[in-house]
Amino acid sequence: MIQEKLLSICPAAVFEENTQWPTMNIDSAEWRKLAEALKNENDLAFDYLFCVTCVDWKTHLTMVYHLSSTLHRHTIVVKAKIADRNNAIIDSVYNIWATAELNEREAYDLFGVHFTNHPDLRRLFLSEDWVGFPLRKDYEDPINMIKL
Amino acid sequence: MFQEVGTTEMGDLIINVGPQHPSTHGVLHLVITLNGETVKKVEPHLGYIHRSIEKMCESLTYRQFIYVTSRMDYLSSHINNHACALIVEKGLQIEVPQRAQYIRVLLDELTRIASHQLWWGAMAMDVGAITPFFHAFREREVINDIMEQTCGARLTMNFMVPGGCMYDIHPDFVKSVKDFMAFFRSKLSEYDEMVTNNPIFQARMKDVGVISKENAISYGCSGPVARAAGVVCDVRKLSPYDVYSQVNFEEALETEGDCFARYKVRMKEMNESMRIIDQLIDNIPEGDFQAKTKAVLKLPKGDYYTNVETARGDFGVYIVSEGATTPYRIKFRSPGFCNLSALDHMTRGSKIGDLVAIMGSLDLVIPDIDR
Repeated sequence: MIQEKLLSICPAAVFEENTQWPTMNIDSAEWRKLAEALKNENDLAFDYLFCVTCVDWKTHLTMVYHLSSTLHRHTIVVKAKIADRNNAIIDSVYNIWATAELNEREAYDLFGVHFTNHPDLRRLFLSEDWVGFPLRKDYEDPINMIKL
Repeated sequence: MFQEVGTTEMGDLIINVGPQHPSTHGVLHLVITLNGETVKKVEPHLGYIHRSIEKMCESLTYRQFIYVTSRMDYLSSHINNHACALIVEKGLQIEVPQRAQYIRVLLDELTRIASHQLWWGAMAMDVGAITPFFHAFREREVINDIMEQTCGARLTMNFMVPGGCMYDIHPDFVKSVKDFMAFFRSKLSEYDEMVTNNPIFQARMKDVGVISKENAISYGCSGPVARAAGVVCDVRKLSPYDVYSQVNFEEALETEGDCFARYKVRMKEMNESMRIIDQLIDNIPEGDFQAKTKAVLKLPKGDYYTNVETARGDFGVYIVSEGATTPYRIKFRSPGFCNLSALDHMTRGSKIGDLVAIMGSLDLVIPDIDR
């Protein structure tokens, strides 16, 4: 039911099978439009963005958003594919879910994802002159060893 | 990173609080913009204890990665370990023996009480009362002794493993817990006499740092911070794990969303934790404390997400597995990080003196935020 509704908003979305929660794969360009619908449509009402993260697939990046609704108690996972790893851009959703502001800064800091329209996109944990994005798979740093 | 102390063009004063400051309870650095005594903006600077635990975990096996999670929210280390054990068990469909489930829930609840005791002492100290801190530590010491007796550690436990517990409980465990319960029950009413009913304390807490229900959800708040604003969000109720579905307890809820509501929620939670322990302590079933598992664990290819209720809120573990012995990507959703993001919203417009009370009521643990 919810799947049909989401496909009407994002016809190009691909749903994964055998997952814990409905998981939809979209292109990063469609994220902002989908996000607004997820929050504002009454029968969706995903108001609680509880996990924002990024996965580096070596050829591309994927932003993973875990959302649930405190009203309907349903959960959804949205995976937005960012095809260009060297110029990773996706829309910010800080004005839809306030928690995104800090979480997006974390993803920028550790993965180098640029969020358009983010009000304050700076490094969060690392110092401003840090080179590289440590959670990417090709990151090497012989001095500050994080790979064990 | 440090901003100079000074005034802006608007005549606002900018000051730094932390990273070394008693009220930040760790290495948190806040840059505060003040107009007179009124807070205009609070900006957290993080990373002083960032160890990149998520990256480390990518080269640790599914048995090893649990040990670093004790070092995130060190006051809920049992519960962090529990989440990691649960996600591996979910991925491999391991059936956990009843005995292990009972022990794990008992230890979780003892951890919650110990964490709230420390917060209670620190909270009172933050608003100027020194004595409660020593009372809280005296009572917490008893729980620490039980932990030491059970798993040999007092802070970073590493006791829960995929399949159950690492060891069986100490033969004196049941007696020690019962002794503690009798001892602590009388102390809780003392807590109320000493702090809760104190008019000066209430004046410092009421109508301070208010957050509405909608904003609490939008900022991703969880745990006592969200429940104080009326958000039903207790993971133990919403998606019960282990034997939480078999025990009776109430979710502590308040509606005001101010510091005092958060205080009341945590005080209620201590009572509810004791209720859970009462129901379980006499009925720990006989049997194995650990399921038989393979020597090398490999999670099948796919995504996994598990969350638990720590003393601070909704703690989630997200694993992307490629079928190897180590996770491809692991993400820890920490409750403190999201609760901290609401700090700026809560403090805007209040006085600088209230900032410390608000931070205390958020119960921040910095290694949990930085990870």
